[in-house]
Amino acid sequence: MFIITCPFCGERDQSEFSAGGEAHIVRPKQPTELSDDEWADFLFMRKNIKGVQFERWNHAHGCRKWFNVIRDTSNDKIHAVYKMGEKPPVK
Amino acid sequence: MSENFRSLETKFLDKTNRISFKYNGKKYYGYKGDTLASALLSNGVHLIGRSFKYHRPRGIMTCGSEEPNAIVQIGGSGSFTEPNVRATEQEIYEGLEASSQNCWPSVEFDVGGINNFISPVIPAGFYYKTFMWPKKLWYSLYEPAIRLSAGLGKSPTQPDPELYDHNHLHCDVLVVGGGISGIIAASISSDNGNNTVLIEDKNSLGGSTIFQDDENFKINDEKSSVWLNNQIKKIKNKKNLTIKYRTSLAAYHSYNYLLARENLTDHKSLNERSNKLRQRLWKIRAKKVILATGAIERPLIFNNNDRPGVMLASSVKKYIDYFGVRCGNKNIIFTNNDSAYETAISLNKKGINVSIVDIRNNSSSMLVKNAKDAGIKIYWNHTVVNTKGYRRIKSIEIMKMSEDGTNVIGSKLNLVCDNLSISGGWTPMVHLFTQSGGKLKFRDSDQVFIPNTATSDQISIGSCNGDFELDDIIKNTISDCKNFLSLSSTDFDLLKVNCSKQKESKNIWLLPNDKPLGKTKPFLDFQNDSTAKDIKLAMREGFRSIEHVKRYTTTGMGTDQGKLANMHALGIISETAGVKMGSLGTTTFRPPYTPLTFGTIVGRNVGTFFDITRKTPMHDWHESHKAKFENVGQWKRAWYYPKENESMYQAVQRESKAARESAGILDASTLGKIDIKGTDASEFLNRVYTNAWSKLGIGKCRYGLMLNEDGMVYDDGVTTRLSENNYLMTTTTGGAANVLSKLEDYLQTEWPELDVWLTSVTDHYATASVCGPNSKNILKKLFPSIEFNDVNFPHMSFKNAELDGINCRIMRISFTGEHSYEINIESKYGKSLWEKCMDAGKEFNITPYGTETMHLLRAEKGFIIVGQDTDGTMTPIDLQMDWIVSKKKYDFIGKRSLYRSDTMREDRKQLVGLLTDNPNEILEEGAQIVLDEKKQPIEMLGHVTSSYFSPNLNKSIALAVVKNGKKLKGQKLLVPMKDKTINVTVSDFIFFDSKNERLNA
Ligand SMILES: [Zn+2]
Repeated sequence: MFIITCPFCGERDQSEFSAGGEAHIVRPKQPTELSDDEWADFLFMRKNIKGVQFERWNHAHGCRKWFNVIRDTSNDKIHAVYKMGEKPPVK
Repeated sequence: MSENFRSLETKFLDKTNRISFKYNGKKYYGYKGDTLASALLSNGVHLIGRSFKYHRPRGIMTCGSEEPNAIVQIGGSGSFTEPNVRATEQEIYEGLEASSQNCWPSVEFDVGGINNFISPVIPAGFYYKTFMWPKKLWYSLYEPAIRLSAGLGKSPTQPDPELYDHNHLHCDVLVVGGGISGIIAASISSDNGNNTVLIEDKNSLGGSTIFQDDENFKINDEKSSVWLNNQIKKIKNKKNLTIKYRTSLAAYHSYNYLLARENLTDHKSLNERSNKLRQRLWKIRAKKVILATGAIERPLIFNNNDRPGVMLASSVKKYIDYFGVRCGNKNIIFTNNDSAYETAISLNKKGINVSIVDIRNNSSSMLVKNAKDAGIKIYWNHTVVNTKGYRRIKSIEIMKMSEDGTNVIGSKLNLVCDNLSISGGWTPMVHLFTQSGGKLKFRDSDQVFIPNTATSDQISIGSCNGDFELDDIIKNTISDCKNFLSLSSTDFDLLKVNCSKQKESKNIWLLPNDKPLGKTKPFLDFQNDSTAKDIKLAMREGFRSIEHVKRYTTTGMGTDQGKLANMHALGIISETAGVKMGSLGTTTFRPPYTPLTFGTIVGRNVGTFFDITRKTPMHDWHESHKAKFENVGQWKRAWYYPKENESMYQAVQRESKAARESAGILDASTLGKIDIKGTDASEFLNRVYTNAWSKLGIGKCRYGLMLNEDGMVYDDGVTTRLSENNYLMTTTTGGAANVLSKLEDYLQTEWPELDVWLTSVTDHYATASVCGPNSKNILKKLFPSIEFNDVNFPHMSFKNAELDGINCRIMRISFTGEHSYEINIESKYGKSLWEKCMDAGKEFNITPYGTETMHLLRAEKGFIIVGQDTDGTMTPIDLQMDWIVSKKKYDFIGKRSLYRSDTMREDRKQLVGLLTDNPNEILEEGAQIVLDEKKQPIEMLGHVTSSYFSPNLNKSIALAVVKNGKKLKGQKLLVPMKDKTINVTVSDFIFFDSKNERLNA
């Protein structure tokens, strides 16, 4: 069980958070213009990386804020935490 | 009178406190501080149980958690009994009752022992191979047979009456293990301002050093045990240090999150325990962790190495030096290293007969010199090729080994003994290190896996880090702690340590024998009875991965998790396969390190504390009016209100009729309520619901359907525009939390530009829903100042009101199809609101109805329940709700998905009504629907989602999802049941008042 530093509340136990899948998948502004394949790509396709992954997390049992986390899925090491709308601090 | 094997020279037991206990019904005595194992050994009892597969007699082998054989049942029958307790860990208490497991009719005479004589036919994978064909024999023959003869112990037949607890613990430094290195580490850590916790699984500190009496091992010119004893006295007074005894670490997760089980009463007599906590699970978050978990002695793998009386040499030493118990009168030590010589010297000093068989050619250490000087007979370059004795070892046969160690030569020598102490070297206990994600490396020089890289802030010290000699242990413990805690010096820096050093070592995983492997029984896993030949057989049959071999042969899969002989299994595999041992990897060590009771795992979360129970403000009223309740998520909802001896069916029929004929009242407080505020609230609703919201007037209500982005129906409910920029959304009872978090997700991540604020107000308001032709008359009495007519207060509108000075909101909305009102009031007035409605409704025979009647009434109207008539695969089009999907809106959640080729398929499962040909026949919800029963395989067209007998229509009605259902109106279909087939006809799904005339009645 890891510790996540909520950008609004600080260090908290993982049990206070819920995971929201891959980050930086932007909902298309004009869905009707997209082909079935393009829409399916947005809707269903996720990278599910073993290694460093950009993820969304929600402080569900805390401030209810969504934010981004850079986590290594192979060892749960968290490299960075940053707010929604902010640029990732590393590439 | 049986022989007494105890000499009371030991200072570790309370000699004034003699304790009686029962083992297999017979009374024995021991002393306070004894384990069940040491007490039994002092009474000369070695035979403890039968092995799992061959039912071979097995005895106590070790003195700790690695014990594979001495597994007993504690307590008699009933709720206090506990199986699979290691006799080597269980402390005795007055009145303890223990019994052998896995033997019938008794441990002395065991019917299953016949397996031993037929064992050539029980090779590796026996269960996989034998009990496969013919398949039909499985239930009648194989499974009962396996269940009868297998299984370790008996589970309790009643609920566990004891108390368990969970507790959180935060510390700077956690030290695991109270042996010499753990004590030094805890001392250094706490002296330097760290809030430190030391946990030890035994009832006292000091590990094996505390009973080290050998003159070769000295610290600052004192015997190591004397020096350590003084250190223990000192650390007990340190204010930064908490010591927890009888506390074993079960799991080590990432980020230094650890679980430990503290045993509080298992060592106490039954009357000392009453109403006290039995065990506590500590949930530990440590900034830094120091593992000092020690090492476990390895056995040696040779023919018949499993007889009672064959024990680990270090354990024999602990029994004599700590417990004062000799494990035999004529002892033979069989070893490949120096440490077993400590046991020999200790026995010899006490005048107990001992000799040594060593597979090495010689050893030049001080220890060995001492043994030689004491006149102990040593057989160099010899190995044991056989042991004899059924219930207890009686003699062994030894032979000289060839130069390369692969063969035996010369003639057999028979040696009489009643104990064989074996030592194959040491295995560092790296289980916890690897559980935390640490990676191991293999050290070729002495063939051990030791910690390499850790993923969290931790170190391993002492023998769990691969240091086995006292000077190395102390020197490295001090320097590693200094680095780890960033210290320049410690109080221990100038310690002077002397010890005997081992120079010659030799390791043979499977010792040679004069007989071929097939004719011998060299056991690897004592609990699961797997032998070296099982491993080789598995490899011949093509298994290569250690994980596969382990499962196929069941090596390392018992309650001891293969703590003893996993290394030998690896060694034999690598030798057979001809690969380097380090490259083979190890099996994965998974938590818990030692088994946990279920009680510890669940703690206080049992019975009513198992889950949160949510009750509405009117709950007490329902209860006092004999309501039956239904669980909806965590909510308790009134299900129906039976009168006198009414059945559920009768109550629901009565309630349903009353609601349509005069007036009914429902507690709707559990519906999710979300307060939506902000200048963009209307735009927000436009984006989350399928229908249009911009034009909804203030004071008006609208039904909305919410989809997932994949186009499937997610939730529904009525939303009311309270004022220009304020809406009150209602959701389904079960969906409330998910809807809120989904809406928050979109607001925060996709549409942060919208000025919208969401607040859950589900618990803030209580809701009474009054329906039926007389609902208007009841409301008139309650709210005399409001004009209740269709012009001033039409269907789908709302008014603020006051009930005896308390603010309410009244929505004229309907889920039953009747003229009806929902009254929201602050929660604390909920019960009073309900009672006032009941009072005012009395003259109209107002009838409280529960969720079952609500479901029936809405089904008559063909209103869906999300989650009952939908299952995450239904679009609004599938539900024939095209009318609610806006064609004009450019976008809303899920819109694009409604135009995917799959969601546009016309033969999808669609919502329909079903009428049974016999109007009295009620379908079962979930029943499958088919067209043709004769054509195999039968095609499933769909299933029944809702089904009731409608008292208002006087016939059975049902909702169903059926493939291509929209086009099947009038089609005859079949619902096959276990004992009959029911004929049905597809119908419209609005069964009652299809013109909605009653809404305005
Ligand atoms: Zn937060």
